[in-house]
Amino acid sequence: MSDALLQIRGLKVVFDGFTALDGVDLTVGHGELRFLIGPNGAGKTTLIDVVTGLTRPAAGSVSFAGTELTGRREHRIVRLGIGRTFQTSVVFEELTVLENLDLAAGFRRPLPTLLLRRRGVPDAVAAALDTIGLGALADRPAGVLSHGQRQWLEIGMLIAQRPRLLLLDEPVAGMGRGERERTGELLTEIAREHTVVVVEHDMEFLRRYASQVTVLHEGRVLVEGDVATVQADPRVQEVYLGRGREEAA
Amino acid sequence: MSPRLRGYALFAAVGLLVLVVAPLTLPAFRLDELAKYLCLAIAALGIGLAWGQGGMLTLGQGVFFGLGGYAMAMYLKLHDAGGDLPDFMTWSGVERLPALWKPFANPAVAVAAVVAVPVAAAVVLGALVFRQRVRGAYFAILTQALAAAFVILLVGRQGLTGGTNGLTNFYDFFGQDPEAESTQRTMYFVTATVLGALYLAARQLVRSRFGRLLVAVRDGEDRVRFLGYNPATVKTVTFAVSAGMAGIAGALFVPVVGIISPSLLGVVPSLELVVAVAVGGRYALAGAVLGAVVMNYAKTSFSEQWAGGWLYLEGALFILVMTLAPKGAVGLYEQARDALARRRPAPAPVPDRPKTEEVPA
Repeated sequence: MSDALLQIRGLKVVFDGFTALDGVDLTVGHGELRFLIGPNGAGKTTLIDVVTGLTRPAAGSVSFAGTELTGRREHRIVRLGIGRTFQTSVVFEELTVLENLDLAAGFRRPLPTLLLRRRGVPDAVAAALDTIGLGALADRPAGVLSHGQRQWLEIGMLIAQRPRLLLLDEPVAGMGRGERERTGELLTEIAREHTVVVVEHDMEFLRRYASQVTVLHEGRVLVEGDVATVQADPRVQEVYLGRGREEAA
Repeated sequence: MSPRLRGYALFAAVGLLVLVVAPLTLPAFRLDELAKYLCLAIAALGIGLAWGQGGMLTLGQGVFFGLGGYAMAMYLKLHDAGGDLPDFMTWSGVERLPALWKPFANPAVAVAAVVAVPVAAAVVLGALVFRQRVRGAYFAILTQALAAAFVILLVGRQGLTGGTNGLTNFYDFFGQDPEAESTQRTMYFVTATVLGALYLAARQLVRSRFGRLLVAVRDGEDRVRFLGYNPATVKTVTFAVSAGMAGIAGALFVPVVGIISPSLLGVVPSLELVVAVAVGGRYALAGAVLGAVVMNYAKTSFSEQWAGGWLYLEGALFILVMTLAPKGAVGLYEQARDALARRRPAPAPVPDRPKTEEVPA
């Protein structure tokens, strides 16, 4: 597949004898919005950790636009064009919303220019601020933001990085209904111009915003397909509802 | 007054106090002491940058202070010896000038080494340590061990370093008698000016994008990686800047006080600097400077009254600050200012109609 942006082959991750990922293959094409689901411990976050360099795999390859990622350090992978968010959002509380975004937009700047003070707002930062709708809070420290606003700021920081691939780890976890909807809209908007992989637990959110879904279970890919196919699959129902276990026994 | 203008006004007022009022009113020997505090304040400024802004608790700044101090003192000793061996080497039975000393006969090399050697040492150490993601208490312990090791090295190699006595008895400082009142006065102005310039430079660094990045590294090093920056580079650069400042402080200390010796740069002096920064307020550069000057002044005055008591008072003060006021004196000042601002009625946001109150009816 020449159209693949991210290509994972035979990925295996072992933590102290526990096999978290066991021979995972995954291909994400340019411009795709892919949901990654699965029960707790299925290996979803581990998969993202491997792609972003946080976890070293025992075997397998991760190739991004033809470049092998395994063994590279985190910031190098970001510089290749992969951005991620975390389940528990980490924004820099002492910096303002604007400074957080400016920092995210700035890694391409050469070190000497970092010694200057920021004057004005760079275009990428203004665009990101506009997309996440936190313009009114631009000059407030990020520490005052609500949980939902923090998640949006994280997504904004991701956009400001101008990555080619965005990896979102449970972006709606802990959010109220209104915040979920706003996040879903944001996601749809971002997916128009970016390749996005979303790890999500929330099935309702999945039904509303997903098209292509990959289901992980116990470190393996269980099913892959569109939402309807995946939902109808008896194996998916089994791992999610624990149904059929008695039948099989 | 806008905060920015108020900052400049405060800086100018302090500058006036230090450069005009103090030299006119203080007796010569008190001015000498103040010059010594200002030297230590330069080192404290570096700690404020590394620890307060960058989260690197460095307990071994004495090492860099010493490297700068010895570089300066080695030149002065060679200059005084005028082609012969420095006095202490003769006493220790050294017969030929060690190779390590030779470059320091040149004043330009020595002055460059004051900054270059500490910076190079910090870059090497930082590159090794930060790349391996050594941080927090581990980094603090490592730097403290380094200070202890440095002292052992200096004491152990008497023929090379002057041992416990260090390097002292300088007779000529760039053509001046270092003991003369006029030289001491000049050194006071030089030290104060260098401190002021370095303070402004450090402030610019903190407010730059690099400074924002440094705070981000302090508060979330792992997150910064995923913004595409290498935190090890950011920390190494900052650590090197702070080491350079300590080197300059050590070099100025030599003509001001007339000696550099292991007891001035070991574990205890290094810790005392950190305590001073904590008491003054580590999150503000001004707090670091203020802390160093006030704590060292207090140490001198207190020790004149009760010789052994200072250490207890200093320890108690440190514990009090860390438990009750982690932002130090500057933090307490800010709290008081905010509390006052809250008690005062807030300025009316948008006046509904033109102000007519002043106009008598």
